[in-house]
Amino acid sequence: MGIDLPLVWIIIIGFGLMMYVIMDGFDLGIGILFPFVYGREDRDVMINSVAPVWDGNETWLVLGGAALLAVFPLAYAVILSALYLPLMLMLAGLIWRGVAFEFRFKADESHKTFWDKAFIWGSYIATFSQGLVLGAFISGFKVEGGAYAGGLLDWLTPFSLFTGVGLVVAYALLGATWLVMKTEGHLQQRMRRLGRPITLVVLATIVIVSLWTPFAHPDIATRWFALPNLFYFAPVPLLVLLATWGLLKSLGTEGHAAPFLLSLGLLFLGYTGLAISLWPNIIPPAISIWEAAAPPQSMGFTLVGALFIIPFILIYTAWSYYVFRGKVKAGEGYH
Amino acid sequence: MFGLTALELARIQFGFTISFHIIFPAITIGLASYLAVLEGLWLRKKDTVYRDLYQFWSKIFAVNFAMGVVSGLVMAYQFGTNWSYFSSFAGSITGPLLAYEVLTAFFLEAGFLGVMLFGWNRVGPGLHFFATLMVAIGTLISATWILASNSWMQTPQGFEVVNNVVVPVNWFEVIFNPSFPYRLAHMTVAAFLATALFVGASGAWHLLRGNDNPCVRKMFSMAMWMVLIVSPIQIFIGDLHGLNTLKYQPAKIAAMEGHWRNEPGAGAPLILFGWPDMEAEKTRYKVEIPRLGSLILTHSLDGQYQGLSEFPREDRPDATIVFWSFRIMVGLGMLMLLLGVWSVWLRWRRNLFAPSGFLRFATWMGPSGLVALLAGWFTTEIGRQPWLVYGVMRTADGVSNHSALALSTTLIVFIVMYFAVFGTGVSYMLKLVAKGPGESGDASPSDDPGQARRPARPLSAAPDDIDPALNQGG
Repeated sequence: MGIDLPLVWIIIIGFGLMMYVIMDGFDLGIGILFPFVYGREDRDVMINSVAPVWDGNETWLVLGGAALLAVFPLAYAVILSALYLPLMLMLAGLIWRGVAFEFRFKADESHKTFWDKAFIWGSYIATFSQGLVLGAFISGFKVEGGAYAGGLLDWLTPFSLFTGVGLVVAYALLGATWLVMKTEGHLQQRMRRLGRPITLVVLATIVIVSLWTPFAHPDIATRWFALPNLFYFAPVPLLVLLATWGLLKSLGTEGHAAPFLLSLGLLFLGYTGLAISLWPNIIPPAISIWEAAAPPQSMGFTLVGALFIIPFILIYTAWSYYVFRGKVKAGEGYH
Repeated sequence: MFGLTALELARIQFGFTISFHIIFPAITIGLASYLAVLEGLWLRKKDTVYRDLYQFWSKIFAVNFAMGVVSGLVMAYQFGTNWSYFSSFAGSITGPLLAYEVLTAFFLEAGFLGVMLFGWNRVGPGLHFFATLMVAIGTLISATWILASNSWMQTPQGFEVVNNVVVPVNWFEVIFNPSFPYRLAHMTVAAFLATALFVGASGAWHLLRGNDNPCVRKMFSMAMWMVLIVSPIQIFIGDLHGLNTLKYQPAKIAAMEGHWRNEPGAGAPLILFGWPDMEAEKTRYKVEIPRLGSLILTHSLDGQYQGLSEFPREDRPDATIVFWSFRIMVGLGMLMLLLGVWSVWLRWRRNLFAPSGFLRFATWMGPSGLVALLAGWFTTEIGRQPWLVYGVMRTADGVSNHSALALSTTLIVFIVMYFAVFGTGVSYMLKLVAKGPGESGDASPSDDPGQARRPARPLSAAPDDIDPALNQGG
């Protein structure tokens, strides 16, 4: 077969993961912003803005796990066993916040605040652990004889702690700009005001990660700064600055959808930067997508389904967003 | 922890998380189809009983679904975190099946769930029904893929092992492996039956409390018809499944029956009760019926089947556990059959809804479907031991290298958290059940398509305290 299956698959998985980051990113971000909004009605509006879609958003994470198992089983085995504790922590966080969506409406009045807290803590813990996972992934894994050979706590580094915090801020930005788009009145104003400092912190995070990564990994530095690569990749940081500028501007003016779209752009650029740094490894620092690939019979079989079904998934997902389009108003929607 | 090895702890952790998980999808499968039937009947007959029942059960469905999603998320990652050698060895087969489940089922359910739960007044009735159907079909597709994967681990075929990695050779053989049709039928019907018993028990409970209205009667009656029709079908499928297991996993059957060795020329008895002793290789304190074991498993009075002693010690599943888990499942199955027959007798006597021992029995049988399902699951999974992929990979070779300390810690966290989270969720479900259908307080959204507002997601228990005026439309 003339198709480079691992290459096609890493693009699909990369796409799925990006869908997850931007979609679950904004609904996790809503949990992260919860402590900054006090009114019960405002909190209900925040939840209602994502209640019909959060489950679909999270499905991209399941797809990521399943597709990794299907086409890069070695990577799935090594990475998931290496990241045992942060992943368990992430799952715990996702459980609390996932059920909190339903439970906070079913609970007695006296228990409602408990589920608000569960929603907040769940969102923070899930996001922070995803950031830990990201940092550990960039830093790479120790592999011997086709299995993870490092320790239980190898993922715990200053860098991964930093990316953990960084992702919390990034998701907060997605959440704030999503709410600018989906709400109006004082809640929207509050999000506009919160959005600007968050944008600056996100920019600082991107800058620090961009400097820290090549500093700690000489091969990544070579990739970025050797000529002629530098010229090819130069647009990425420039576009980051441009997006940040646009974001600050649209938050200050009357833009409704623009801030959300620009923060999606910003996150996409950060994601692209990571892809450039890590390519073509699926288990950094040394195992490439071709070395970790499943037999072609597995990749080919799954690819037929993926190429045929993903367009339909995108269509009905878009339809679902369309059905629930427009501003969410207090007292309406979820209940 | 408690002197358990890392392998035992990993198995307990997986068993614990999947046992909790399996309850929710089973109810999801049953309720989704039930809701589709209710909405179809509402659109066809325009009898508000069906619509009210839809509104009532979809709230309970929503809570249950959320718990199924988050507990299932854990499963998708646990293969890698806890069973990394299994994943790198067999991921080339179980991975694609799981990926197809996500692509064809999870997205379908998630994509249409929003419209199903929140879109009653946002889309037309036809489109809403379509969304409900998609969710119901999604749950069935999901069961199909995951049981194909699980069945392949029980009766693997269509592959070869190259460089210590499983390579699929024939996907048709992989998916349609010998135990798959039986396991799929048995499990899906178990989900329907468990849901029918749960719905029936809810109706019986309300009737016993004198909360007698057309909705309660309707749901109780529908559930009892379901139990009557489906429980004998399930017993029949179970028998076929057992014969299939005898053919492909004889050690499992021997353990389930507590059968150690054959007497020359004589048929095997059916041991009703006893205590299989793995060390002494015999079943103690047994109460048995001569030749019945042969009759059931070989359909002849002096047929013989392999006893557990004929297998090497290291290849034997734990008979003490599966002997009893199997009997719990079968015993409950017989009680379900009794419930169905009793209901049709009372129906013939025109006395189905009067408070009686029958209603109390139906209430007590509420959780029996789920208990039987779990017992059956334990039987088939523990009966597969010591293999992870039957005859191909041992469980001991599939587990990750985590320390007992790491596994104990996460296990304790899981146990505490699952009981807190899912215990609360189940109590919310029961509270919703206790509110009962067809009450005036129930959100009955307007059917006027011209109405601009979206009064209610029909499906929250707390619609009324926000804006009662919105709920008077229907």
